[in-house]
Amino acid sequence: MTALLELRDVTARYGPVQALHGVTLAVDEGQIAAVLGANGAGKTTTLRAVSGTVRREGELRFAGKRLDRSGPDAAARLGIAHVPEGRGTFAELTVWENLRLGAYTRRGAKEDFSRVQAYFPWLEERRTQQAGTLSGGEQQMLALARAFMQRPRLLLLDEPSLGLAPLLVTEIFRIIKELNENEGVTVLVVEQNAHIALQAAQHTFVLEVGRVALSGPSADLQQHESVRRSYLGY
Amino acid sequence: MRRRLVPLVLIAALAVLLALAPLGLSDYHRGLWAHVGVYFIAILGLNILVGYTGQISIGHGAFMAIGGYTTALMSHYHHLNLIATLPLSFAITFACGLLVGIPALRFRGVYLALATFALAVSVPELPLKWSKWTGGSGGMQTATTPSNLWLYAVSWTCAALAFAAAWLLLRGRTGRAFRSIRDSELAAASSGVSLPIYKTLAFGVSAAFAGVAGSLFVLVTNGFAQPNEFTVLLSLQLLIGAAVAGLGSLWGTLAGAVFVGLLPELSTAVPFVGQGHGQDVVFGLIVIVVMLLLPNGVAGLLFAIDSRFNAPIKSDPAAS
Amino acid sequence: MVAFAVKRKTKVSTGGSLPVLLGLVAAAVFLAVGSLVSNIFAQQTVAGLAQGAIFASLALALVLIYRATEVINFAQGEMAMATTYIAYQLTLWHVTYWLAFFLTLVIAFFLGVVVYGVVIRPVQHRSVIALVIITVGLFILIDGLVTWKWGADLKFMPAPFGNQVYHAGGVSFSRQDLGVLLVSILSVILLWVLFQFTRLGLAMRAAALRPAAAALVGVRVDWMLAIGWGLAAVLGAVAGLMTEPSQFLQPTMMQSILLYAFAAAVLGGLESPAGSVVGGLAIGVFLNLIGQYWGFATAELRLPIAFVVLLVVLLFKPTGLFGRKQVRRV
Repeated sequence: MTALLELRDVTARYGPVQALHGVTLAVDEGQIAAVLGANGAGKTTTLRAVSGTVRREGELRFAGKRLDRSGPDAAARLGIAHVPEGRGTFAELTVWENLRLGAYTRRGAKEDFSRVQAYFPWLEERRTQQAGTLSGGEQQMLALARAFMQRPRLLLLDEPSLGLAPLLVTEIFRIIKELNENEGVTVLVVEQNAHIALQAAQHTFVLEVGRVALSGPSADLQQHESVRRSYLGY
Repeated sequence: MRRRLVPLVLIAALAVLLALAPLGLSDYHRGLWAHVGVYFIAILGLNILVGYTGQISIGHGAFMAIGGYTTALMSHYHHLNLIATLPLSFAITFACGLLVGIPALRFRGVYLALATFALAVSVPELPLKWSKWTGGSGGMQTATTPSNLWLYAVSWTCAALAFAAAWLLLRGRTGRAFRSIRDSELAAASSGVSLPIYKTLAFGVSAAFAGVAGSLFVLVTNGFAQPNEFTVLLSLQLLIGAAVAGLGSLWGTLAGAVFVGLLPELSTAVPFVGQGHGQDVVFGLIVIVVMLLLPNGVAGLLFAIDSRFNAPIKSDPAAS
Repeated sequence: MVAFAVKRKTKVSTGGSLPVLLGLVAAAVFLAVGSLVSNIFAQQTVAGLAQGAIFASLALALVLIYRATEVINFAQGEMAMATTYIAYQLTLWHVTYWLAFFLTLVIAFFLGVVVYGVVIRPVQHRSVIALVIITVGLFILIDGLVTWKWGADLKFMPAPFGNQVYHAGGVSFSRQDLGVLLVSILSVILLWVLFQFTRLGLAMRAAALRPAAAALVGVRVDWMLAIGWGLAAVLGAVAGLMTEPSQFLQPTMMQSILLYAFAAAVLGGLESPAGSVVGGLAIGVFLNLIGQYWGFATAELRLPIAFVVLLVVLLFKPTGLFGRKQVRRV
């Protein structure tokens, strides 16, 4: 299987502060890959580097093509959907308008919506509700639905479990796995919740101070001494 | 020690230059430079409000109008000595500034800018309404009209006094309070800085400076106070001058005053386009270009030059 | 499958609170009743609405730009004036009025886009003051260019609506006023349709509300902002062309209108397009009626009165009639 996403020695900085010191990783097509790490390790920045939200140097390849200086809108057109921290929801617009925006890079919004409905049936009756009035869990679902409206090849998720009750976290990851298995969407998910990430993902990367410190099948990493100590708590 | 010496020497040199200049200038140019002195004071005042407390005002022309008409009315009807009208003007516009500053506490950012804009638009219309006393659109005149030399001397003396007063005010506790308000009102309030007191004070002081400038403005324009001298355009010019000077710092004030006071005049010297109404084209272009190139005004430029020469030893943040 | 509690929330479309909406309904009723009772009242109301429609067009342009780029465009009136002169030039070249009208709208669009790209975009992230001053510089520049090219004397364009006066039940309405109202309302409606129902309009709204999130869904934010400026310039051109018949063509034509437009935009709430339209119409009608019935309110006081009203409203609702309360995040 060829890698859909390849990063080689990618660096990124916020002004004078260097956040990524050379990240090298690869995500195969059809995989779910997780990125773990402490606060400030560079997890969010890695996703931003892929979508082009932050300026980066180094080699990034998506489906074999280099992602040089493209900004976020170009990444979206290439088939990369990035659900950022804070979900990127348009709180002032309605649920339906958020979904339409998700499908902005495509033409058939209506058909996309019927596919999305299969995974998020409750969206139908909330179509005209202002997105900002949804609960946290609903907004996260909406963000996921919006990203799926794009019919992306690669889904970048930044801490989808943040601020959600455990039941909802399980639900969200169940949907993510379904999207991956049924629709063939490749997923790169950044998570603080190491348990659920290691369960959902086939492959896991552990970031430390802007570099990939560990990389391997999730099952192996789950047994790894330092991972257990730092991220799983036992 | 060396760092303080350079600016002090420069100021001293400027002061000497300004003091001696009228001897070499023609009468017309003395009048022109008296104009620059007027703008100096007004821009100084505006900077205190906008640059130091972060409250945007596009209405200082209104305060200049109040000051100007105070002088005109006092001189015309009560034959008050021209210089004596200045402190009166200061006091009255200070009070007006406080009066404006109080409701202004409720407005933020852009809304404050537009509320003060409302002032700039409305106040100059008032003399038209009460034209019986103010001479309406034809304006009114002071009892005496002094010479350009007198005007130059008085306006630059006032400018020097204003600068000293501003400098003293801003270097102490008040200045720190002002700056903290500009940077973060929430943080300032949490640190015990009384927002209403300092914000209103800034308005009052700033208006007072503008008021004195307005009085001098009337004197400099042949002692004539007319509504169409205090239009919105004046308020905009002051804002331009303050921005060119560099907000939040006093050092660029002279540059700002010169820019607004002399540029329209100099634009006429530009060939081909300078004649007729082309001078506006030149002025407008230069304003745009200057703002594009010097976002922090002349003060920003001065600081940039200063830091070039006095750069601290840079540490490499990546190597740790 | 986890069940979500079904919440029935009302759709919030504008920032208009109940008291404001009730007040507006009351005002509308007052105007209707007054017009039925008094002929002069009716005439002044219609004339006021026509004037207000012009304020509304320019105010809407200001709000569009403010929503998109957070800039108060002091040059909006001058841009409107300049495009009207372009229409004038077209008629001098024997182009018929309405053809010149539409050509001017197209030209205005491109002018707006160019101004955004050349002057605004490079400095978009600078301070509010820097942007204000740049638009002021633009004001002066455009004013100078127009005066230089065409001179400051009065010019006249062919009348778009003719000078007929209609009579209905003892009240006289000028065709001019009705035409202005129609054109202004039509352009506002068209714009509304664009924003609410088209993909482009949605993208523009998204780009204005949350540029970062919009970019992530593939919206070319810069282009959207440029189109916003273009559309605002078109609105300005409409305002200018509708003003010309009554004010005639001179460089200072739009200056006081800009001031009323500012008042209207702030009155309605700078982020609210609906607010600016309501604000403009309200100011137009209010000024006319007050001029008619209150002797103290002579012509010179029109502008100060407009602004006093504005200030009073702002004291009670600092973000305007339809403005949203600004939540301060620590």
